[in-house]
Amino acid sequence: MLERAKPAEPRQPEAKAEARQVRFRGAGFVPSADRQGDWIAGWIALLAVLALWQLAGSAGLVNPLFLPTPLSIGRATYQLAASGALWHHLSYSLMRIGVGWVLGTVAGIAVGFAIGLFTVARSVGITFISALFPIPKIALLPLLILWLGIGEEPKIATIALGVFFSTAISVYGGVDAVPRNLIRMAQSFNVPFSTIVRRVIWPGALPSILAGFRITASVALLLVVSAEMIGAEYGIGAFVLQAGNLMQTDQLLAGVVILSLFGLAVGKLINLLEARLLHWR
Amino acid sequence: MDLIADHISHRFGALDVLDDVSFTLGAGEVVAIVGPSGCGKSTLLSILGGLLQPSAGAARLRGAPPADSLNPLTFVFQDFALLPWCTVEANVEFPLLHTGLSITERRAVVDDALRRTGLSEFRTTFPKQLSGGMRQRVGIARALAVKPAILLMDEPLSALDSQTRELLMEDFIGLLADGAMGAVYVTHNLEEAIRLADRIVVLSRRPGRVREVIAVPVKRSERGDMSARGQLLALQNDLWSLIRKQAIDAEREVQHA
Repeated sequence: MLERAKPAEPRQPEAKAEARQVRFRGAGFVPSADRQGDWIAGWIALLAVLALWQLAGSAGLVNPLFLPTPLSIGRATYQLAASGALWHHLSYSLMRIGVGWVLGTVAGIAVGFAIGLFTVARSVGITFISALFPIPKIALLPLLILWLGIGEEPKIATIALGVFFSTAISVYGGVDAVPRNLIRMAQSFNVPFSTIVRRVIWPGALPSILAGFRITASVALLLVVSAEMIGAEYGIGAFVLQAGNLMQTDQLLAGVVILSLFGLAVGKLINLLEARLLHWR
Repeated sequence: MDLIADHISHRFGALDVLDDVSFTLGAGEVVAIVGPSGCGKSTLLSILGGLLQPSAGAARLRGAPPADSLNPLTFVFQDFALLPWCTVEANVEFPLLHTGLSITERRAVVDDALRRTGLSEFRTTFPKQLSGGMRQRVGIARALAVKPAILLMDEPLSALDSQTRELLMEDFIGLLADGAMGAVYVTHNLEEAIRLADRIVVLSRRPGRVREVIAVPVKRSERGDMSARGQLLALQNDLWSLIRKQAIDAEREVQHA
């Protein structure tokens, strides 16, 4: 006969053992630059690097010809601004960037939408874009000078070309990313094609288009500096090259600071656009 | 207005999805379509609503739609299909924009649809701020705004929790109570089908064929009564035994795919 197991002794309550808090393990992997503390940390880090740089220069640890101190760069920037030379150069660069970016963007949006919406445009457009997009656009500048002369046109065309391809790609990518269920919904209500494009596809593609603007602003800045270094008398690129040739490294870096500030300003502008146009996200 | 599925067959490439499906939805009638996963229920609804061309057969309408109907065949989608950049009222107004109604008329229609669905307080809210149930209410308000003759509902409750499903089911029953609107209701939930439908079309596993068309023997208004419970439960069991074997096969097929 099998021996029946004895009934288990009732477990002693663990009342006397000290209760421990469950250790929190969910921290990290959520970086954010929005929090006030993190934002301040960024500025403190920047100021610390500038202070170290200044100290190293002032103590004679770094040759100012090779790396001028932040204060001397600031002085050079102020002198440039006071003399009017800064605005003179900047106005040329801004004009080239503005016109080139607008032309490239308008063409890119039109072609991108055509590729996103129509089969024939897609097969033709993607083939051309795939073939031409990888070409460094600055390599085309000599050819464009040959075609368009040595004025502003070839520089503007170089920028427009660079902006066009990136814009077209981000636009048709954005059109492709519009949820198909929204288009089907609109079709189920007999909404006309043009209204679907205007009220469904355009806003649906807008996040991708604005992300594309961020990229094309950088492309335009890169190309304007390159183009001005190759063939321009005025412009930030020409100024930086000239300062380098004359070993005026403080002025050279002043030009670089201006470019950096310009990039930052464009980034902020696009942030504002996103906040205004994509508030629904 | 009747909606007729007339010998509809459909293939996606080499895949036969529907095979010779025929049935008629009478005016004001509610027909549920049930069947195992992948049997082509949603494909059939898309064909009935003109969003998909069938490989053979056709969806046909018989009789004139109501004079004031702006979109006789109107979908209510499983995933709500709301424009996330539009407020609740703009979403409801969206299908009216091209109809030639004046702003005042559109405003009146939107107000009425929002009132009927209990959304008047949420008119300036964006979809991301709403719960799943409220989003589906917006989808229903949008459908009501165009005064449909037939609602085409593609698993409209399947993305929702059970309590919200129950509340919206009560809304559907209320909306369809007067027989002014008909509906094709695609679902995998047999209980929902029995609560809402006048008839239930049971499809076989892929390619979907009509296996049976079963009339629900209790009036919709009486289906909540205790006396009807036993009868409805028996019907649900019958339906399940019809579908069960094929549902298991379909499930295995999906897992091996």
